[in-house]
Amino acid sequence: MAVLAPVLAPVLAPVLAVVLAALGAALLFAALGRDPLACLHTLFIAPLADRNGWSELALKATPLLLCAIGIAVGVRANVWNIGAEGQFTMGAIAGGATALVLGPAGGWYVLPLVLLAGIAGGAAWGGVAALLRTRFNAHEILVTLMLSYVAIQVLGWLVRGPMQDPEGFNFPQSRLFDPSALLPALFEGGRVTVAAVFAVLTVPLGALLLGRTVMGYRLRVVGLAPGAARYAGFSERGAVWFCLLLSGGLAGLAGICEVAGPIGQLMPSISPGYGFAGIIVAFLGRLQPVGIVFASLLMALLYLGGESLQITQQLPLAATGVIQGMLLLFLLAADVLTLYRPRWVRRRAHG
Amino acid sequence: MASSARLAPPRLALRGIGKRFGVTVANDGIDLTVAAGEIHALLGENGAGKSTLVKIIYGVQQPDEGEILWDGVPVTMGDPNAARALGIGMVFQHFSLFETLTVAENIALGLASREPIAALSGRIAATAARYGLAVDPGRPVHHLSVGERQRVEILRCLLQEPKLLIMDEPTSVLTPQEVEGLFAMLRRLAAEGCSVLYISHKLAEIQALCDDATVLRAGRVVAQCNPRTTSPSHMAEMMIGRALAAAPPRVQSAPGAAVLVAEGLSLPAEDPFGTALRAVSFMLRGGEILGIAGVAGNGQKALLAALTGERPAPRAEDVTLAGVPVGRKGAAARRRAGLAAVPEERLGRSAVAELSLTENALLTGTEGDFAAHGFVRFPLLRRFARGVIDTFKVVAAGEAATAGSLSGGNMQKFIIGREMGHAPKVLIAAHPTWGVDVGAAQAIHQALRDMAAGGVGVLIISEDLDEILSLCDRIAVLHGGVLSPAQAVGTVTIDEIGLLMGGMAHAA
Repeated sequence: MAVLAPVLAPVLAPVLAVVLAALGAALLFAALGRDPLACLHTLFIAPLADRNGWSELALKATPLLLCAIGIAVGVRANVWNIGAEGQFTMGAIAGGATALVLGPAGGWYVLPLVLLAGIAGGAAWGGVAALLRTRFNAHEILVTLMLSYVAIQVLGWLVRGPMQDPEGFNFPQSRLFDPSALLPALFEGGRVTVAAVFAVLTVPLGALLLGRTVMGYRLRVVGLAPGAARYAGFSERGAVWFCLLLSGGLAGLAGICEVAGPIGQLMPSISPGYGFAGIIVAFLGRLQPVGIVFASLLMALLYLGGESLQITQQLPLAATGVIQGMLLLFLLAADVLTLYRPRWVRRRAHG
Repeated sequence: MASSARLAPPRLALRGIGKRFGVTVANDGIDLTVAAGEIHALLGENGAGKSTLVKIIYGVQQPDEGEILWDGVPVTMGDPNAARALGIGMVFQHFSLFETLTVAENIALGLASREPIAALSGRIAATAARYGLAVDPGRPVHHLSVGERQRVEILRCLLQEPKLLIMDEPTSVLTPQEVEGLFAMLRRLAAEGCSVLYISHKLAEIQALCDDATVLRAGRVVAQCNPRTTSPSHMAEMMIGRALAAAPPRVQSAPGAAVLVAEGLSLPAEDPFGTALRAVSFMLRGGEILGIAGVAGNGQKALLAALTGERPAPRAEDVTLAGVPVGRKGAAARRRAGLAAVPEERLGRSAVAELSLTENALLTGTEGDFAAHGFVRFPLLRRFARGVIDTFKVVAAGEAATAGSLSGGNMQKFIIGREMGHAPKVLIAAHPTWGVDVGAAQAIHQALRDMAAGGVGVLIISEDLDEILSLCDRIAVLHGGVLSPAQAVGTVTIDEIGLLMGGMAHAA
């Protein structure tokens, strides 16, 4: 057992965290005067009762997966992109603008250009952080986080100004995108689009990048042992640029796939925090592409269940946020406790 | 049958001390006796169990079995405070001093008393004068040389009037003159009745200093001997368990063309306590081994970084590699041009602990050899790693073992083998046998000699003077960021080198 522990601990820690978060959620529900078992059922089981539930699950897992894969590659190289939410938003803006301009003309080329613009928008927003980090040594944790709020404000301004729908009764939203700029649904009747395919494709690509390529090897060395990376002559600046452009681009793709998919237009609120939840997903998935698939499905379930809780149990949306937070907290605690053993020591007299 | 003094119990006696870590037996039934006023050597390779034993004596670790007798009375050392209370002092190989504080402040931190600094300074000065340890209590530690810092650590122990002083490899950072001073101090301490437990693998020192020696191998006591009457080669045999093959005389090949030249290389210090390089010049020819001696902290780190390209030099012509000015080039470009380097630190620097040996082989591999279209060619890489493991007899659970699972010596053999495998024109090795057992050190030295015989220019930067003298053709000394002119090893005396290491070249 003691020999197995180092192998099993990384897998068991997230499972334990999920169980503890569920228990914490039950306590929370009880404290709010609800039946904990009914709430847990609503949260984890009811959403998957029918085919539509599974479709919705895939819909919500898609942006989470895209954001988390990029974040995970970055963290493996010790580049912490906390601002996928902002890159998601910028991707939606850039892609959405393309859709609004090119859409009315129609044509097969519109959708690819919209997607590329989305990727470029997200990558550019990540690139701002990369520039500030490599030029001025401004740490990406702060910069990416703060740029998220900038992006959200920019979106809010655009849909109330230059991009506002002139026939929209002054609602803060853009015109609906032309059908030529919209992602096709994956199957009849569901809202999930081909974006889910893009997301699933990033899993083997991410695994290939990290495990098989020279670039991925360098990123891992930079992350594991910066001294060894300097000795080998691997560029830390290169790693920063690569990771922020890659994770920004993936978050941008997630953003444009949301607005050119289920939403269909630009509006002030296009994400229930997918970019931030992607951080939790990346760590819950152990920064491994395959693990992230499971983690994104779980997180998507939390979103779905959270919506059901609002409807059937009249719980506030914040309850979902609290459960997400507990999940991350318990995961980090489980990780700390698998690496370190706490020792209670009495203060020494002269200490 | 003997006088009562002879019957007095020994200062320290260990009886059957055993200690296990998981399945590893670090100490097994160890008996050790140190008389009052005796200088006792504890001899053994890395991994023989010396550190564990010393940690048990100093109360850092608890033995699983056996007993410790102090002046004949069984004692348990629950922690280092208990050991200090009995009168045990220890000077570690790695110092624990705060750079920005003064000598007196550093010593005050280690003492439990609340003695005013002024009074303490007086006591420090008095003790220092008594044992010939020249240290100014008011100086900040970052102004001190490594030898002076060691004196601070020793003073910290002496102020507690120890009855047993444990010294862990104390001479590895000292100049020959400083070693003489240290030995004089230890002899004086012993004459006053303080016992000394002296840990080392340098046989000549043990012969010169110690009254008795206990040899450890693989966690057990394998011999007890009088070092004054036992030959160093016999002690080495006891230590490693087999006869050491004498190094074959080096065939001096005709020196080739200059492969690495530094010309007025200057580089500012990286941090406030670092040492800047000041107009360093040397020329390394293919087929020769040039040694750069010097006490740690005299610019070795900056020199290595400037030569490997980790910190590019101000001007391209500062460093010339095989005739090409590379001063402004980075580490990867210099490696492509034929430079290989083995820094002193292994894990986290020349190897990544978490990665397999196969993956570590890629660290300095050029892309053309081990990658195609951006993808790593793992089969080739595995074959290369296996070749290094076989050629250098690296003890590892195959090429898939992580670097962190190897002992220091085996990891170093792998790293040197890896660098040799890239067929460099120049190899720079910093303290290549640091923390490596005798057998591995011999293999590493032989590999370096073989490289030179094959026409490679080999540069050794080391604080271990013995290593440089036994290995190198020419020697230069780095002090305060200034490099002395290189001299042939046969034409220079130890005293001259010692003076250069102490920065007193002009007085010589």
